[in-house]
Amino acid sequence: MKRIYLDHSATTPVDEEVLQKMLPYFTGKFGNANSMHGFGQEGAYAVDESRRKIASLIGAKPNEIYFTSGGTEADNWAIKGMALKMREKGNHVITSSIEHAAIMSSCAQIAKEYGFEITYLPVDGNGLVRPEDLRAAITDKTVLVSIMLANNEIGTIQPIKELAEIAHEKGIYFHTDAVQAVGSIPVSVTDLGVDLMSFSAHKFYGPKGVGVLYIHGGVKPTKLMTGGHQERTMRGGTTNVPGVVGMAAALEKAVNNLDENYVYIKKLRDKFVERVINEIPYAIYNGDKEKRLPQNANFAFEFIEGESILMSLDLAGIACSSGSACSSGSLEPSHVLLATGLPIEKAHGSIRFSFGRDNTEEEVDYVVDKLKEIVCKLRAMSPLFCEIKGETKNV
Amino acid sequence: MYNERVMKEFQNPQNVGEMADANAVGTVGNASCGDIMKIYMKIENNIIEDVSFQTFGCAAAIATSSVATSLIKGKTVEEALKITNAQVVDELGGLPAQKLHCSVLAEEAIKAAVNDYLTRYVAENK
Repeated sequence: MKRIYLDHSATTPVDEEVLQKMLPYFTGKFGNANSMHGFGQEGAYAVDESRRKIASLIGAKPNEIYFTSGGTEADNWAIKGMALKMREKGNHVITSSIEHAAIMSSCAQIAKEYGFEITYLPVDGNGLVRPEDLRAAITDKTVLVSIMLANNEIGTIQPIKELAEIAHEKGIYFHTDAVQAVGSIPVSVTDLGVDLMSFSAHKFYGPKGVGVLYIHGGVKPTKLMTGGHQERTMRGGTTNVPGVVGMAAALEKAVNNLDENYVYIKKLRDKFVERVINEIPYAIYNGDKEKRLPQNANFAFEFIEGESILMSLDLAGIACSSGSACSSGSLEPSHVLLATGLPIEKAHGSIRFSFGRDNTEEEVDYVVDKLKEIVCKLRAMSPLFCEIKGETKNV
Repeated sequence: MYNERVMKEFQNPQNVGEMADANAVGTVGNASCGDIMKIYMKIENNIIEDVSFQTFGCAAAIATSSVATSLIKGKTVEEALKITNAQVVDELGGLPAQKLHCSVLAEEAIKAAVNDYLTRYVAENK
């Protein structure tokens, strides 16, 4: 069976050229980058090169790049490290109500275990944080603001530069989770004006298990991972040399081809969205139409439940993801969709499609055709659809 | 996540749809929980002659609806009331732990439909 992957926001395959650059560091150049001998220095040299490359691609300095095990560790470090560092000054952290679980659970932990107060800023119907809400939420106890650059479920891109300026006016540090954005849209820490930024290699055709926390010079979060002298003593643990090399190679390729990929992926996504809106009734396009990642499409299909759509698509060889509670094992559907004001029963029926550079227009057509059949079949089974069917024919 | 039997039942569910001449209807669950099960029955001489369902829910909810309705077809009202969620799960060869509530919903939907029948029966024979 033909398989179509439309879950690039979950992860991407490692680019073949990237893999080739990584491979020597598993075998011949296997040295520990902290070792003084030649084997170690080969690794150390590769890590330095990668650090320089990544820094220049995001507008940072090399000594502002800290390698981590991925986006989750970077987010944990940013929130907990900054909160613990600043707790003498204040105990208030501001974030948004649509953050990734890595931020949400870190905030919950500092609230529970260290007595922090957390403000979760609301979003509008498109998932945008209102700058005036941030301004109003700041108190003299606020020590950190963390707002994601682009949302993982609905792709909404936040006005980070403006939000960071508001925090800085009051001398408050600003972190952004840019895991979904880096490699998809232009991202520069100097343009954004953020103090800390998380991103992860496997979202841009790099390997899993490696990420970066950018920390602006002079900012010093408390260490989360203590151990050896790696990462200028800020993050212990033997450096994942092949991962770091892969991350740099993948980011370089993503940034160099960013314009071309952006246009291509957006074209696929727009075609998909247009066909779904025109051909499937009662499909709600979630998120902002313009301020949005090019790869993301998120729809609520009314009267049916997301997991059954997801499973049916999977049986047809199509991989995507769902904001449904049933696919996550919790009872609450996506906190992101609920925060945008989408009613709970519609949030249960939401599906995310995320496109990549290897998808084709033919695949988009095939997916829409299958999706139409599946939505139709599931609606025919739904008691909710039955209730309104009288007024809608040929659905 | 699901076994083959569940997936087969989900792909080709039995007894789907509204029933125009049903004399018993039971609806359980609600949309905000992500599950609604509606079971229709045609009961004659205490026998469930025909049964069908409509379900809003996940693959497990649809599969349990299919199996539960098949289990009670042709059975007496008393037999149908004895069907438990464990029997529905056994029939499916097991369900993931977080999906067991779907089988409970199926048991409740059967009971709700039978209760609807009994209520009508009592009302008609007053």
